Amino acid sequence: MKKVQIFDPALCCSSGVCGTDVDQKLVDFSADVDWAKQSGLQIERFNLAQQPMAFADNTAVKGLLERSGEAALPITLVDGEVAFAGRYPTRDDLARWLGTAAAVPEAPDAAAGSCCSGGARC
Amino acid sequence: MALPVTRLTESVPMKFLLNPPRFLFFTGKGGVGKTSIACATAIKLATQGQRVLLVSTDPASNVGQVFGITIGNQITQVADVPNLSALEIDPQAAAQAYRDRIVGPVRGVLPEAVVKGIEEQLSGACTTEIAAFDEFTALLTDSVLTQDFDHIVFDTAPTGHTIRMLQLPGAWSGFLAEGKGDASCLGPLAGLDKQRTQYTAAVDALADPLRTRLVLVARAQAATLNEAARTHGELAGIGLTRQYLVINGVFPESETVHDPLARAIFQREQAVLTHLPEVLRDLPTDQIELKAFNLFGLAALKQLLDTESSALPTPDVPPDAPKIKAPSLASLVDDIAAEGHGLVMLMGKGGVGKTTLAAAVAVELATRGFPVHLSTSDPAAHLMETLHGTMEHLTVSRIDPHEVTQQYRAAVLATKGAKLDAAGRAVLEEDLRSPCTEEIAVFQAFSRVIREAGKKFVVMDTAPTGHTLLLLDATGAYHRDIVRQMGSSGRHFTTPMMQLQDPKQTKVLIVTLAETTPVLEAANLQTDLRRAGIEPWAWVINSSIAAIKVTSPLLKARARNELVEIEAVATRHATRYALVPLLEEEPIGVQRLQQLSEQEA
Repeated sequence: MKKVQIFDPALCCSSGVCGTDVDQKLVDFSADVDWAKQSGLQIERFNLAQQPMAFADNTAVKGLLERSGEAALPITLVDGEVAFAGRYPTRDDLARWLGTAAAVPEAPDAAAGSCCSGGARC
Repeated sequence: MALPVTRLTESVPMKFLLNPPRFLFFTGKGGVGKTSIACATAIKLATQGQRVLLVSTDPASNVGQVFGITIGNQITQVADVPNLSALEIDPQAAAQAYRDRIVGPVRGVLPEAVVKGIEEQLSGACTTEIAAFDEFTALLTDSVLTQDFDHIVFDTAPTGHTIRMLQLPGAWSGFLAEGKGDASCLGPLAGLDKQRTQYTAAVDALADPLRTRLVLVARAQAATLNEAARTHGELAGIGLTRQYLVINGVFPESETVHDPLARAIFQREQAVLTHLPEVLRDLPTDQIELKAFNLFGLAALKQLLDTESSALPTPDVPPDAPKIKAPSLASLVDDIAAEGHGLVMLMGKGGVGKTTLAAAVAVELATRGFPVHLSTSDPAAHLMETLHGTMEHLTVSRIDPHEVTQQYRAAVLATKGAKLDAAGRAVLEEDLRSPCTEEIAVFQAFSRVIREAGKKFVVMDTAPTGHTLLLLDATGAYHRDIVRQMGSSGRHFTTPMMQLQDPKQTKVLIVTLAETTPVLEAANLQTDLRRAGIEPWAWVINSSIAAIKVTSPLLKARARNELVEIEAVATRHATRYALVPLLEEEPIGVQRLQQLSEQEA
């Protein structure tokens, strides 16, 4: 099973309302994460303002932060490898990881899960 | 039945002291006297043979000094008062300790800009409040710490916002329970030690009238009473309905002879007291008379709650306070006018007179022939109505904070909250009730007006805190990006933040009163603004008695007490300042507003 880790920017509220404006991306992503969790995806989130040690302890994340600063966040790791930096995964991305992890996915998904996400040409 | 009524009332003790439960909380605006009353209550109960712990969170409290001992962050016995122990909690220090715990291990490990970003996120009012609540938790839940005490007296209370947050299951889900995940304003709790069960127990204790009494403290002034009414409403909303009300420092009629100002103060206060906010009218209420003596030292505090005030020896008539030489508001306005246009923001805690002084500054500028737009968020619009259309160069507009905040909340919930489930929505709704939300909503509404400051004067009676500004500036990153990009091309550019940071374009005036707590609160505001790179341009000390001639012994004593605070502002806090006298009549209308500025102290 794939393990997904999200390294969030420093936020005092998950929605960001305490800070500037509510970030729609954050709200949507929270909903997506809930959905993915309920579907059985192993997914963890780390907030820079609350668990900075998790960022410092991870070589890949720390390296990205040193190169690009906070602009690199959010960072998504899938099985320890950087999948995205600077944006959250979409629900489709989560579904893909979930699909690969699922034991018996439906036929079209099996193709999609092979090597290319689009499933067109490999 | 021949006894005069006064005799009867003399022997009646304060209502809030009758059958006190285990926990007593005093809450109210800064400067109303919470700490003095909490101290006096603790002394009173201890003298009656109860074992009492006094907990102070007031950074200006000097509770230790009152008892002639060093207290600090540990329970310390007060030698002079048998049965009394005290504990001082510094919420700022608690918040700092929390920040250090989170940030310390990554300092020097993660890039410095990243570390700074984390620190800013943890520098808001929410963090301080939650950190303080964390310190309370152990005292509210059964613990070996407090088992030896019959009563625990606090000179502060958590806000309704904090309590509601702690009560929301949604705020905890996947959070403290798992030790990670998304949090709302409870974010700061992530690094705290206590378990959810302990916080729940603390909130339960707070909500139980058999164990807890909340005493709202106010002065006979509209601002502090409105604050008490607001707090009452908030607490009632979560089931804490049985509060007590104490109106402190009520001006005694006996002092009004021969002194027109004293008479005016007395009448103004009595008018306020007869028009108490609706929700406060049915609360058990006590009044404490204004005392001539400084509430300092054991003897003074013992007398504070005595209702037989007339039986006290009248203090000697104090000599006149020495005449002080202080700049007038008009002289400050001369300097502001020199730029020809710009933004003037008056900043300070509620009730210090920001709106009145904003109006006075605007009137002064308009009198000098400059076009001025005065924009206010004061719900009491009558001041503005008296100005509207009365002066040639002056336009007046008003933003209703309640209204714009409602709109902001509704917009956020409708758009951004649409996808959330019930628990998530409840948390978002509570986030939107945080004090920051109102600040942001109001400031956004003001931002349209601010743009006019390029060609005329814009005077505002509010400003966001430095913390909010930093977050509004997209944690500073956006601003730095622009500087980087534009810097190489050499083009002229400004961001809203740069407009606020440039003293040529924006002047921040910090408004305070010549009293200990208000000056301290103003100094904290200044520190907060400096963090955002904004240097307050001047301080204005409002409603000063030292600035005028008085004959009432009580007012003379208070004028003397003001001197040390004025001195502190003049020499320690402010680069330039002005002293504004307390007027006999409410400063409404152009003429009286001009009196505020012109009167040379």
